[in-house]
Amino acid sequence: MGEVTDVVCSLCGCVCDDIVVEVEDNEVKKVKKGACAVGKSKLMGHGRIKSPAVRERKGEGESGELRECSYDEAIKKAAEILAAARRPLLYGWSSTVCEADKVGVELAEEIGAVIDNTASVCHGPSVLAIQDVGLPSCTLGEVKNRADLVIYWGANPAAAHANHMKRYSFISKGFWTAEGKKAKKLVVVDVRKTATAKMADVFLQIEQGKDYLVFSALRALLYGYEDVVPDEVGGVSKEELLEVVKMMKEAKFGMTFFGMGVTHTGGRHNNIVNAIQMTRAAHTHTKFSIMPMRGHYNVAGINQVCTWETGFPFAVDLSRGYPWYNPGELSATDLLIRRECDAALIIASDPGAHFPGESVRHLAKIPVIQIDPFPNPTTEFADVVIPAAVSGVEAEGNVYRMDNIPIRLRKLVETEYLADEEIVERILQEVRAIKEKEGKEGE
Amino acid sequence: MGTKVNLISGRTIVQGQNLDNKLSEKYFDEVATCEMSKEDLERLGVAAGDSAARVKVRTSFGEVVVKAKENAGTPAGIAFIPMGPWANAVVSGETHGAGMPSYKGIDAEVEKTEEEVLRVKELMQTYKE
Repeated sequence: MGEVTDVVCSLCGCVCDDIVVEVEDNEVKKVKKGACAVGKSKLMGHGRIKSPAVRERKGEGESGELRECSYDEAIKKAAEILAAARRPLLYGWSSTVCEADKVGVELAEEIGAVIDNTASVCHGPSVLAIQDVGLPSCTLGEVKNRADLVIYWGANPAAAHANHMKRYSFISKGFWTAEGKKAKKLVVVDVRKTATAKMADVFLQIEQGKDYLVFSALRALLYGYEDVVPDEVGGVSKEELLEVVKMMKEAKFGMTFFGMGVTHTGGRHNNIVNAIQMTRAAHTHTKFSIMPMRGHYNVAGINQVCTWETGFPFAVDLSRGYPWYNPGELSATDLLIRRECDAALIIASDPGAHFPGESVRHLAKIPVIQIDPFPNPTTEFADVVIPAAVSGVEAEGNVYRMDNIPIRLRKLVETEYLADEEIVERILQEVRAIKEKEGKEGE
Repeated sequence: MGTKVNLISGRTIVQGQNLDNKLSEKYFDEVATCEMSKEDLERLGVAAGDSAARVKVRTSFGEVVVKAKENAGTPAGIAFIPMGPWANAVVSGETHGAGMPSYKGIDAEVEKTEEEVLRVKELMQTYKE
């Protein structure tokens, strides 16, 4: 196959689409251009789940061992678990393609499940804030071509979105920003002096959990109420705040990107409401836009799919026969902590690693079906393990970048692993067959 | 005697590189760590450059042993554990009605320990019990 150009990265929300790789003997041999260290690591691959497997338990309370089996057996077992569950949870959906997500919503509807995605532990609060006050946003292309002031707030792209600054923001060169970073300013707001903070023209090192106060102070200053702002807010001096406000007012096009530093902390969606209101305050002076730094490459996509299928982006309960949305009650974390769900399908995510221990404790005790290309902490307690093709390397499909631009992932090599879409579709068909059989027996 | 800190978790580049490689030594070396300022580590009795030093982090939600690591960018009073199973052993599942657990801003107490750091498999085993 040789050199493949315009390869799309399936790691983070940047979804870089200008990568060049070398493919030989049905294997990605080298990433030649375009990918960051994290994306390169994804494209080159890691150790895989070798075979479908089911956990054999000899006695009550035994954790048991995984026994390798066929796809048919694992899919049948998965369907039996889901069809028998009274309160099933279908969780994940961000590191796979929209086509698989669509079938996932159909499965949730069929079995009356709660379907949730990784937004609930990432930018769920941003979604709530956007539902509250809207979002004056733009595409990453507009940021590249127009922005002369970039603010990263509670985000460390140098570690989490390593190509973001180079492709879209501070370091990129665009139509009206041809000089690149020479003609741009960078402001970073964070608790720690991160690698991103070290590059900043102005670094506001705020006290942990004080984001809301600092947003409020900047709003007041942007509206001209200097007299109401005290000498220090959240560990930041008034002089520093005034300096940032001056930069905001003087910018031709300002852009705020915010990360989990804002969503994970006290105040949650209220912080983001305030960040959006700060953007509105800046509109009294100049053009300003704001965007969440979405984490997984298709977390924006599952929010899209879930919204167009059910009306809601995450934490949707389909047990009533119609969609019901209440994140503080129906997020995967809330369901698990209340020990409410009695079975879970985990796809393209790893709650074993990324959920609070309190919720993992319940997940480890109920029947869990895992669909993933790679072994991870969730595998350690999964009862049915179904290996999948790696989307963007072994399977194609549509994903949404962090600015909600759809991009199609490419297939680079052939594989015997099934794609997520086919696995979920086959589970759905098995569930329907079980229900049909039960229906006939009940007649 | 431990020291009180504000615990936060977050991404690092090596954590991201090993997102699909969580059972590896690279992931363990990067993620089972707690970054603190030099002065906080000195207060705990961790000598500068002691790469084998370990600390026990205790919160209302659990306790976990991780390797101690100095980070000049971390202010005094803050402890940073990269997002992953070790941080999550001690963060809070309280979502405050928003669906989002409390991954940052957790009151914690840190002390030096001679106990070993649990591997991923061992840590997950504790949830089955």
